[in-house]
Amino acid sequence: MNKLQNFSKGIISENPVLVLILGTCPTLAVSTSVSSALGMGAAATIVLLCSNIVISALRNVIPDKVRIPCYIVLIAGFVTMVQMLVKAFAPALDESLGIYLPLIVVNCIILGRAEMYANKNKVIDSAIDALGMGAGFTFALLLMATIREVLGNGTFMGIEIPWLVDNKISIMTMAPGGFLVFGILIAVVNKISGGKNAKKTFGCSGCPSAEICGKTSCDEKEAAK
Amino acid sequence: MKEFIIIMLSAVFINNYVLSRFLGICPFLGVSKKLGQATGMSLAVIFVMLMATAVTWPIQMYLLNPNNLGYLQTIVFILVIAALVQLVEIILKRYLPSMHKSLGVYLPLITTNCAVLGVTILNIDEGYTFAESMVNSLGSGLGFFLAMVMFAGVRSKLEGADIPKAFQGLPITLVAASITSLSFLGFSGVVENLFA
Repeated sequence: MNKLQNFSKGIISENPVLVLILGTCPTLAVSTSVSSALGMGAAATIVLLCSNIVISALRNVIPDKVRIPCYIVLIAGFVTMVQMLVKAFAPALDESLGIYLPLIVVNCIILGRAEMYANKNKVIDSAIDALGMGAGFTFALLLMATIREVLGNGTFMGIEIPWLVDNKISIMTMAPGGFLVFGILIAVVNKISGGKNAKKTFGCSGCPSAEICGKTSCDEKEAAK
Repeated sequence: MKEFIIIMLSAVFINNYVLSRFLGICPFLGVSKKLGQATGMSLAVIFVMLMATAVTWPIQMYLLNPNNLGYLQTIVFILVIAALVQLVEIILKRYLPSMHKSLGVYLPLITTNCAVLGVTILNIDEGYTFAESMVNSLGSGLGFFLAMVMFAGVRSKLEGADIPKAFQGLPITLVAASITSLSFLGFSGVVENLFA
């Protein structure tokens, strides 16, 4: 796989949000406005890039048995740095992201990429993978935020759109709209890809970090029933 | 007492963790297929939320804040929660095997559950006292429980439904979640007016 493919797979064929169904919590929560979606995408991309580079560089140093706690500490460290930078230079963004900024720590995209890619590949490849995945995450967030903000608030990045601004469907910016838009977007992706990318199983068995958190236990439970 | 009831009711109904704050979506979508699993997972979440709050609140107030280490919050909390979950699992396995059997499988999943980290951070952000924090955690856990159990019921109805191919699986689940969440919007404003 060449470098360009490595980058673009994160945006299209392996889009973390729309195809791999990772990081659903922040996707639903911060996609109420385009500007906070951009901020969230950028913050998560920076954390992903840093953690992928460092984890890839340390992949022969970190003992296999304690790798997950190591990754979590590294990721939490980068999240704290990003959090402090955002607080200092973009207080408005800090306000709009709120609790979801520190919660980047538990975003499964980041731990998932560390586990699935960075601990097996070279530093440069891991960095490209992180940029691609980050771009894919940002793209999905922007797509959802555009739909929700335009329909729900009649604006795009705060700029009023004539007619729509007088006829807003305010439910779109509220919680139910988030679930609805996300569901429809995934259905559209399924339709376009002809169902070959459709993830029939989601939750435990479909999650890349499942191995970390004992997916087998969940499957066994299912099998036992 | 009034404050506690308000905190509790708003955590369960108005600011429901799953349906209006979007925290803990992964287990909500993943483990809500069967009622038994949904109950087990939610009980484990309530339990861990209470334990995590009981440990992280004193750490923040008596260890981090006096030493000006507030910025370490994220790192410390996630480590404390991860260690706590491991500890609880070991203790349950050793002393309460029957409880471990029913809750144990869900415990490892909770470490990376944003609802648990979320509730501990929110308790600090909102400036709750220790008692208020515990009430808020209990309420948040109960809200999670309510959403999981309700949604497990909704999903069992979806099993036999005739759904267009593109919508099968996750999309229709999300649309159903949207409608469930719509019903929770009806609670907004109720609690404030309850004592007015």
